[in-house]
Amino acid sequence: MELEITNLETDILIIGGGTAGCFAAITISENAAARVIIAEKANIKRSGCLAAGVNALNAYIVKGQTPESYLAYVKNDAEGVVREDLVYTIAQRLNKVTEKMESLGLVIQKDERGEYAARGNRNIKINGENIKPILAKAVEKSPYVTVLNRVTIIDYIVKEGRILGAYGFSLDKNILYVISAKAIICTTGGAAGLYKPNNPGFSKHKMWYCPFNTGAGYAMGIRAGAEMTTFEMRFIALRCKDTIAPTGTIAQGLGAPQINSLGEEYERNYGASKTSIRMYSTVMENKSGKGPCYLKTQGTTKKEEENLYKAYLNMAPAQTLRWLENGKGPATENVEIEGTEPYIVGGHTGSGYWVDTKRGTTIAGLYAAGDVAGGSPQKYVTGCFAEGEIAAFSAVHYIQDIGQVSIPAEEQKARLASVNAFLQGEVGLYSIEEIEEAMQKIMDEYAGGISSGYVFNNSKLQVATRRIEELLVVAYQLKAKDLHELMLIYEVIDRLYVCQTLIKHLATRQETRWHSFQENADYPNKDDKNWLKFVNSRLENGEVTILLRELVKKDDNYEH
Amino acid sequence: MSIKMDSEKCTGCGKCRVVCPGSLLYKNSGGKTEIRYPKECWGCTSCVKECNHNAIRYYLGADVGGKGSSLYTKVEGELLHWMIVSPDGSERKITIDKNEANAY
Repeated sequence: MELEITNLETDILIIGGGTAGCFAAITISENAAARVIIAEKANIKRSGCLAAGVNALNAYIVKGQTPESYLAYVKNDAEGVVREDLVYTIAQRLNKVTEKMESLGLVIQKDERGEYAARGNRNIKINGENIKPILAKAVEKSPYVTVLNRVTIIDYIVKEGRILGAYGFSLDKNILYVISAKAIICTTGGAAGLYKPNNPGFSKHKMWYCPFNTGAGYAMGIRAGAEMTTFEMRFIALRCKDTIAPTGTIAQGLGAPQINSLGEEYERNYGASKTSIRMYSTVMENKSGKGPCYLKTQGTTKKEEENLYKAYLNMAPAQTLRWLENGKGPATENVEIEGTEPYIVGGHTGSGYWVDTKRGTTIAGLYAAGDVAGGSPQKYVTGCFAEGEIAAFSAVHYIQDIGQVSIPAEEQKARLASVNAFLQGEVGLYSIEEIEEAMQKIMDEYAGGISSGYVFNNSKLQVATRRIEELLVVAYQLKAKDLHELMLIYEVIDRLYVCQTLIKHLATRQETRWHSFQENADYPNKDDKNWLKFVNSRLENGEVTILLRELVKKDDNYEH
Repeated sequence: MSIKMDSEKCTGCGKCRVVCPGSLLYKNSGGKTEIRYPKECWGCTSCVKECNHNAIRYYLGADVGGKGSSLYTKVEGELLHWMIVSPDGSERKITIDKNEANAY
């Protein structure tokens, strides 16, 4: 099997038609006559994190709150290491993008005054089962937007620090696309599948984060020399045991506390309530022999139970199936909870591209939004919309003075040969799945996965560094028998690049700032004097090189 | 975590193949849809909701507590009926109105 080149040309290429990508496309279409291509590895109707739906909008400025109070919450939750300019510019747009989604057809609950019904200080209630089809429909109606479904983008084309386009291949036809673009918005999401998952056997993909988000955007950026930030702030989600379904619906929606097997509420024993502490406290209770831990749902009414069944069907049907299959719903049995494997995801923590206030990366013409963009945790769905909108306006502005550049034929031929190399020659000793398993085992044991209680130290990280480096060499020798396997090879290679950067970041921050998320046994305490700053990195001559950067204030206009 | 395809009921229309976020569904030599990578399934039920022929059943793997129940959906206008089938064949229906927000 061999791929052949097809050349395409566009003004703006959006990589990834998920939450941020679709919203960016809609924004461009409504505000400019620019030609847009969305390249999506699956199909935008149900691709990415929101495939199953979403249960609530968790970032909204409800009555009595302000963008400033949202920033204060995010800053406190992230122990001070946030890009205030990024969080604030998102917070200012949260309500506008929410209204936009309602106008596109999203059902949002209103109270008797006609205002969105709040669920706590920052959340509103919706029916988000069809949020992705709603976005896809709006994209389809957008003039000048072409969607390339089932196209996996594998690398950027960059010359002298400026973006010129990207390479990608089709899942259905033997085509290597060479896409010339004046600007690119990267919205590929974060990275799952780096660490050994909760259910490593048959249900290995029964995980919290979308398992098809394999860090392509991070990896492409790393390979192109873009600056990355805060990979050491991993995200570990507190979930319902086995089904890995969200807990927020029960904890915040119903107000159910976390209890240990003795029935004691334990979270407050570990400090003020924060995302990382909810997780860490559960790890510590289990470690001290007081597990399993639960959300205390026993005693809720049958009506509430019915509502929970419906709420979970709208985002994580496995949990409802599990309750009904067991014949015991949450009203009769507390819901056991556990932590997931660590993910890299900039919509929840600060990991991702180091961007300026306009969401420009350190490569001219390359913008980033959503889970792939760093520096601003707690974006959630609406924050990803907001960031998609900001990146869209920035890209539209940028292309005004930019001409189209065609990609030199020799360069195209060289890339074609390197992709075709995976499709030709004899199958080697190892399968793609074996490399994935090896990577997840190394990360689990030596870089703070589930089996090590999320704790690591520098000696272990040194082992992880060496082993991942060795594995990357083996991965480049893998062979694909079809286009699907070619995609799987790139997915595992991309994750190995993400692991390399992640390990270096973990080894750099000589403190423990976020329990469980970044738990360094060599430095168990927080060190504000030396580490109230960003750990950034860049791949230079094959080496992950670290740069430390200062915090950025709310009203700063940060430029590279 | 995965789905089971009923090749008797599957018409090979391909609607489910389009929406799978992992592109795990392919047409087999008999013109029917099959899941080529069952372990790669996320369990999002996108395919289940596309199928008008009740040909796709969603179930929990035994490793995450599955005991033989499965789930399929029926769309009726603005209503989405979730049908939970027990191993003895009995069904329970939970209906969600697409115009109603979640209570939580």
